[in-house]
Amino acid sequence: MTAHIDGLPPDRERTLLAAYAGAVASSRRRTLAVFVVVVALYLLAGWMAEVRPLTFLDNIQNFSAYVAQILPPLTLANLPADLAAWYWGLPKWLGLLAETLLMAYLGTLFGGIAAFGLCFLASANLVRSATLRFCARRFLEVCRTVPEVVFALIFVIAFGLGPMVGVLALAIHTAGALGKLFSEVVENIDMKPVEGLTGTGASFVETVRFAVVPQVLSNFASYALLRFEINVRGAGVMGFVGAGGIGQEFLVAIRNFYYSDVSAILLLIILTVVTIDLATERLRHHLLGREAHA
Amino acid sequence: MSRPPSALRQSSLRQTALADLEGLRRRHRDVFRPSWRRRAVVIGTLALVVGLAVLGMVRLDFSLLRILHGLHRLGEFAGMMLPPSTGGRFAIFMTALGETLAIAFLGTLTAACIAFPVAFLAARNVVPNPFVRFGVRRGFDVIRSVDVLIWALIWINVVGLGPFAGALAIACSDVGALGKLFSEAIETADRKAQEGVTASGGSRLHRVRFGLVPAVLPVLASQVLYFFESNTRSATIIGIVGAGGIGQYLTELIRVLEMQQVAFLVLMILVTVALIDLVSGRLRRAIIGGAAH
Repeated sequence: MTAHIDGLPPDRERTLLAAYAGAVASSRRRTLAVFVVVVALYLLAGWMAEVRPLTFLDNIQNFSAYVAQILPPLTLANLPADLAAWYWGLPKWLGLLAETLLMAYLGTLFGGIAAFGLCFLASANLVRSATLRFCARRFLEVCRTVPEVVFALIFVIAFGLGPMVGVLALAIHTAGALGKLFSEVVENIDMKPVEGLTGTGASFVETVRFAVVPQVLSNFASYALLRFEINVRGAGVMGFVGAGGIGQEFLVAIRNFYYSDVSAILLLIILTVVTIDLATERLRHHLLGREAHA
Repeated sequence: MSRPPSALRQSSLRQTALADLEGLRRRHRDVFRPSWRRRAVVIGTLALVVGLAVLGMVRLDFSLLRILHGLHRLGEFAGMMLPPSTGGRFAIFMTALGETLAIAFLGTLTAACIAFPVAFLAARNVVPNPFVRFGVRRGFDVIRSVDVLIWALIWINVVGLGPFAGALAIACSDVGALGKLFSEAIETADRKAQEGVTASGGSRLHRVRFGLVPAVLPVLASQVLYFFESNTRSATIIGIVGAGGIGQYLTELIRVLEMQQVAFLVLMILVTVALIDLVSGRLRRAIIGGAAH
């Protein structure tokens, strides 16, 4: 099938082409400017962070050598015994892993409860008082901005070593992070039930209980599960500062060059986190899906 | 919100409702008496949550005495923090803060540059081969599941102590997270533009370059900015294991209980993060808004 398309009149074509070239050139210039700025910042950052590309290239084989070193000496002929030697500390490590998971669970639970209590106060559609809202928001912001490891460092000195400190640090950080997400959910609810309950003379607590909570609960649970997954990762490194969990054992293995232990514990951590990740994703889809059907 | 009781008692609506109470109960049985099955599910979930919490508190040696004692000491620390002071090391702290920002920027941008091409391999609408997709995705998952502090420990073994190891650690852990987000953004992109490119005779590569990339780039850019924000926070702690930045001083000062300087450092971090939040929030809105118009 052939079709003949007439060309535009030459002067018309010229103007159109010139306009197109102009538009493209200005957008190209802008892109180029952004690109130059980003590259300049990148180089500046590289200079400040003492990046040494040559050292990096020199030492990159160190990385592969390190990886080769931490890999366990497994042989096919003697696999069970080799595995047993690799995972010689399995009962202890599994205990520590369970401790890590419990820390993440308790941290998420306590932080979630605190966030639940505070999020309604930080929501613009429920609280009229700007002062109260401002205080609640700033408090959540401080909780969330200071990293949990910093809280753990201070708490370790105040409360002494142990997993309880890790739980408290995780809980405070979780309260800040979840409080913000929760209040965003609350600000996006359908206001009709709230107005209905206010119209019947319900108090603030009653309004929240019967008009707001039923709308937001499944979203809250989904965010809490997401946070649990993040906290499992966070609890894994709490041991670096003496706040319990498997991190301490890992740090000892890395610092003392117990090569095969490093890979064994790292693999355990990765497996746990990936499993939790997949499980919570399932649960979250289930939760949100149910809400969509309802 | 006080309610006038007399007004309520006189309300005719209430009178009518009370008169027809039996009828209402019959017609809306679910509201007045929820089914046992639902109640059992709720009670069971609650019991599980509380039971696990109690078990956890027992196993992790929670003790009220220690908490009270610790709170007392925390109060003392809070007193020691006032007033925040630099201890005459303002210039050193500012350099460390700059180093922290440099680590975050370098790490985020490097991660984005690596994750961008790889993410296309994990997107269903670009790579139809399920095995490649599955492999790349699990690769992202594994990289993502290793915490940034662990990456820092590993990189310190390779390039030595210092901020360079920190930047590499952030870059590594972000490749996984950004790759996952990028591939999800690519999968949810609007198909119309790509179909248009195909219809006008474009190849598969044209389709990605002119149909897909312009559609997803603003979304990806806003995600990168968001990660820069959160990486500024991560970069403040990466010094705890010796990978540069302000965390080094923070750890050291907390250990020797120089609480006034600790308070100053924490304030510096709070202000910096707030500023970056503000700037990147503006930028994000500009980018997304520009795409919407």
